[in-house]
Amino acid sequence: MKKTYYREWGIESPRYWGILAVLGAILAVAGVATLHMEHEGHWVTGMNNEVVWGLPHVFAIFLIVAASGALNVAALGSVFGKTVYKSLGRLSGLLAMTLLIGGLLVLVLDLGQPSRLIVAMTTYNFKSIFAWNIYLYVGFLAIVGVYLFTMMERKAQRFYKGVGLLAFVWRLILTTGTGSIFGFIVARQGYDAALLAPMFIIMSFAYGLAIYLLVLMFTFNAEGRALGDKILLRLKNLLGIFVAAIFYFVVVYHLTNLYATENHAYEAFILLNGGIYTTLFWVGWVLLGMLVPMGILFHPALGKSRGGIVGASVLVILGGLAAMYVIVIGGQAFPLSIFPDKIILESGFQDGVGGAASIYSPSLSEFLLGFGGMVLALTVTLVAVRMLKFLPASLADEVVDPHHG
Amino acid sequence: MSDNFDQNRRDFVSVASKAAAATLIAPGVLLQSVAHAKPRSEPVSDENRYGLLIDTTKCADGCSDCVTGCEKENGLDMLLKPKGASDESWERQRPRWIRTVKVKDRLSGHVSSLPLMCQHCEHPPCVDVCPTGASFRRADGIVMVDRHTCIGCRYCMMACPYKARSFIHENVQLRPTVAPRGKGCVESCNLCVHRRDNDVAGTACQDACQHGAILFGDLNDPNSEISQALKERNHTQLRADLKLNTGVRYRGI
Repeated sequence: MKKTYYREWGIESPRYWGILAVLGAILAVAGVATLHMEHEGHWVTGMNNEVVWGLPHVFAIFLIVAASGALNVAALGSVFGKTVYKSLGRLSGLLAMTLLIGGLLVLVLDLGQPSRLIVAMTTYNFKSIFAWNIYLYVGFLAIVGVYLFTMMERKAQRFYKGVGLLAFVWRLILTTGTGSIFGFIVARQGYDAALLAPMFIIMSFAYGLAIYLLVLMFTFNAEGRALGDKILLRLKNLLGIFVAAIFYFVVVYHLTNLYATENHAYEAFILLNGGIYTTLFWVGWVLLGMLVPMGILFHPALGKSRGGIVGASVLVILGGLAAMYVIVIGGQAFPLSIFPDKIILESGFQDGVGGAASIYSPSLSEFLLGFGGMVLALTVTLVAVRMLKFLPASLADEVVDPHHG
Repeated sequence: MSDNFDQNRRDFVSVASKAAAATLIAPGVLLQSVAHAKPRSEPVSDENRYGLLIDTTKCADGCSDCVTGCEKENGLDMLLKPKGASDESWERQRPRWIRTVKVKDRLSGHVSSLPLMCQHCEHPPCVDVCPTGASFRRADGIVMVDRHTCIGCRYCMMACPYKARSFIHENVQLRPTVAPRGKGCVESCNLCVHRRDNDVAGTACQDACQHGAILFGDLNDPNSEISQALKERNHTQLRADLKLNTGVRYRGI
């Protein structure tokens, strides 16, 4: 492999500012929506005392999971010594940071008392996985920051491998921590499963890579930078394998659940009669989020076309959001089993009378807050690649792998 | 006339000096008398463990006096539906510390009504998951929320197996001194903790129940009425499989 040169993102100024203006307008609208929720309180959202985490959490958790996954491309270069991926490391680290910031911002702005963030940063209950996650997230930002420095500063390069390994291990712990937010909830039928943590890790691999591919293709294409098939086809194959791995985990998760009678009602809710949650599971997550992208990515012709790779990546991301919706909201909508041997006939507080699911219909403000987190991550990424040398000057086939013509 | 005037003046001075003395001394006396009743300076101890025994066989179908009593005492009835909110969504978003539930046994078809509130677990999941420690358990077994450190993340609500907690979704205009509340915090039944600290007996739900279905007391005191009642007859915990050792016990379900 030749020496890699990096260059700032050099698209024409009017186009760059035009993109920023559009993104800025979306952020402004999202900001107004957030202020509206802050000012009025959560009653203007669809969240209630039964479905306590809504659409913002769907986006926030997706972004946090994707953030740790976006770092994998860098890890392939440093930890696993795959030199072809080395030049992709800077963008990988950058996306890991921006996606995490976007996700955390959504999470914080959805708190009942966002102004008490300082309390969350200074008062800890170490029995809570949430408290640990605060350390894991802040630590992740710091470590990836140093990791990027070792990539970009020649004098720090001797620490590159060591910091890379630390970042990789940290990201695995971080995603485990995120998955455990749900895995540790004993009260809810859909969550209490150790399998959720490793499943979140494999989901992060796919969602992070899908976002990475889209940003890489967009930035290179917009500027007319060479992006050869060699690197792209490697990445898309990797995406296909990651999606297949999620598929495996989903199958195992539901099969093990079906083995225990106590989970049958929950499984029936997700797989058969849960309305929107069943539809999102089969159509959103399984079909559009896994089977169709796998079909495209492993198709001999479609898988090699740029349009096919973009389409598959977009579907993987949408499928990921559907997956989060099914896990986060579906898990809460399924009624709590307070009286396992009894049927609830009446209640002064919903309680799933006759097994009815909890009602949740997201408001536009919630969507805007969550979507705003995604747009913020993209905006910061595009500003960073414009200002600093994150993108390789060329990823043409002869630059990436000159020995294999 | 002059004598009369002097007499009046003497009376005035005498009354005024007594009043002044009373003003100066009375608060001290009052404080001392309260202090005698329950020293507020002493920390709550684990010598007590407060709890409830609910006899569902006495609980009348369709009665919700306990809910009304609780909402009055803890100011939940002061909360107003926000302008623009639908009745349906307000029902799902308004806070409830206690609710009535009617259940039917799947096998026998036996129907029972019961009040459901925070179960005041010995090992509360809501306390385990709270990132800041705002959700806490007092030494005397009362599980409650410190509203100064609650950041409104709602993780405790995710973790509670009884859906006992409520989030304040709306702006609050009226705040009762016994249960101050604000938008964006989580709260739940605290066994009328203000009564514990002011040495007032019972709970609002117990006082409101005309059927004698709710019994409040000290589970650690072997001579208390609740301990005697628990010893005497069988009782159950809700979701006993979770091994949370709840402070609220039920009879007749």
